[in-house]
Amino acid sequence: MQSNSPANNSKDVQSAKTVLTLRDICKNYGETRAVDNISFSAQHNEIVGLLGPNGAGKTTTINMILGVLAPTSGSITIDDIDIAKQRSKALERTNFAAVYAPMPGNLTVAQNLRIFGMLYSVANLSARIEEMLEAFDLKHFRNTRCGVLSSGEQTRAGLAKALINRPTLLLMDEPTASLDPSAARDIRERIVNYARDNAVGVLWTSHNMYEVTDVCSRVLFLSKGKILIEGDPKLLPEEHGKSSLEELFVTVAREPLSIRETEAA
Amino acid sequence: MSFQRTYAIVLRVFYLMRGSFTRVFPLFAWSAIDIILWGFITRYLNSVAQSNFNFVSTLLGAVLMWDFFTRVMYGVTTSFFEDVWARNFLNIFASPLKIPEYLTGLVLASILTSAFGLVIMVLIATFLFGLSLFSYGILLIPFILVLFLFGIALGIVAISVVLRLGPAAEWFVWPIPSVLAPLAAVFYPVATLPSWLQPLARLLPPSYVFEGMRAVVAGHSEPIGLLLIGGAIAVADIFLASWLFKAMFSHAVRTGLIARYSAESTT
Repeated sequence: MQSNSPANNSKDVQSAKTVLTLRDICKNYGETRAVDNISFSAQHNEIVGLLGPNGAGKTTTINMILGVLAPTSGSITIDDIDIAKQRSKALERTNFAAVYAPMPGNLTVAQNLRIFGMLYSVANLSARIEEMLEAFDLKHFRNTRCGVLSSGEQTRAGLAKALINRPTLLLMDEPTASLDPSAARDIRERIVNYARDNAVGVLWTSHNMYEVTDVCSRVLFLSKGKILIEGDPKLLPEEHGKSSLEELFVTVAREPLSIRETEAA
Repeated sequence: MSFQRTYAIVLRVFYLMRGSFTRVFPLFAWSAIDIILWGFITRYLNSVAQSNFNFVSTLLGAVLMWDFFTRVMYGVTTSFFEDVWARNFLNIFASPLKIPEYLTGLVLASILTSAFGLVIMVLIATFLFGLSLFSYGILLIPFILVLFLFGIALGIVAISVVLRLGPAAEWFVWPIPSVLAPLAAVFYPVATLPSWLQPLARLLPPSYVFEGMRAVVAGHSEPIGLLLIGGAIAVADIFLASWLFKAMFSHAVRTGLIARYSAESTT
């Protein structure tokens, strides 16, 4: 994966194994530029962390990839399909889970999985629903309304929905937010195992730097809509003279200019 | 167009209806009360008017048809509101679902819910007040069809407004039938309206239906021409309404409103 950091050229971001490509993406809200000319790509079988302080542009970027927010300029392709031109076809290969987008609480787990399975045109849907219920320990909750599930159960149900169409690109926006450490570890393992076994590309946002270090093979730090730095989360702190990814995160959030100067040098 | 995705929208409504008395009850309750109220009013008018004019066929028939139109419109809007109330926009619109598939799903759901309400209303009007819809003859079918088409068009316009203005705009939707009723010639001929309002009434397909119903009851010539005009306007309204929804959706995607719908505005 490459970014629009000084070392990279946005024209070279695509390769044969690329599942996601963003080219020169900008998003303006009136005079405010929420995302400022970012380019990056993600490969199949790669978990990419999208990090940054609140308001950095992470969710805006994810919303643009999901087709619910149009970029002001630039293009997004999923498996070489331009989402602006073939939105439905591109989204068939995508799915997402986010704590702010739970499944409707007034339908049961099985009903929700059936509805979303149909929306994603899943073949052999009944069998796939059973697989998902089994994989995410949801069999007991098959006929339970999603609104009465605990946070951990709702997250598992959301993941079952996110994987029901066997996406090649999975967007995880803080998937473990509001979970206890044990449930969070469980969720992490399920996503990582799925991504590894199915050669899925994953874009993962989180404020938990331990989690990011654990699951992501590469991270992008966003600040004020720009990609500030990118690299291996295990090596980046040392490269920038920090003791941990968390310390690096705090520096990006508070003193982004110091990071820019380091990058320029 | 994917039939499966369209069917998903209908199935979702069915799931919600099946498990919810509070959703099923309004499908027929308020219309039934309307029919009972107007049934007694027309029965009283028949007894005191001392003429051959049949108030049951004209007024009660009109009320029944107007309530059917209202149910059609609410059928579209309520299915859409389910996504608003469940904060489901992100899940729905980040899926491969296309706008025509979504709108078709809302329309099919409306057919099911409005048909249910219509059956209940017809049963009450027939067995309690002696209304015979067969008195309208074969024209009953185009009467219903034109009202159905306009109900769909108005429903799509209503959800376009809510999509543009946010969840609170729901309260603009519920009174729409009451606002239109005086202009739609439901209870009186268009000629009763002031001359400056009559052109407005002529833009509303229901006015042709209700003028036609009165013509049939009065034994005048069959109002085929009226129904063709009303039907043509209703079809045109559906195209205009679908265009409007698509435009509002594009606006919502451009501004980020879909992703932050509960905020009602992104400015």
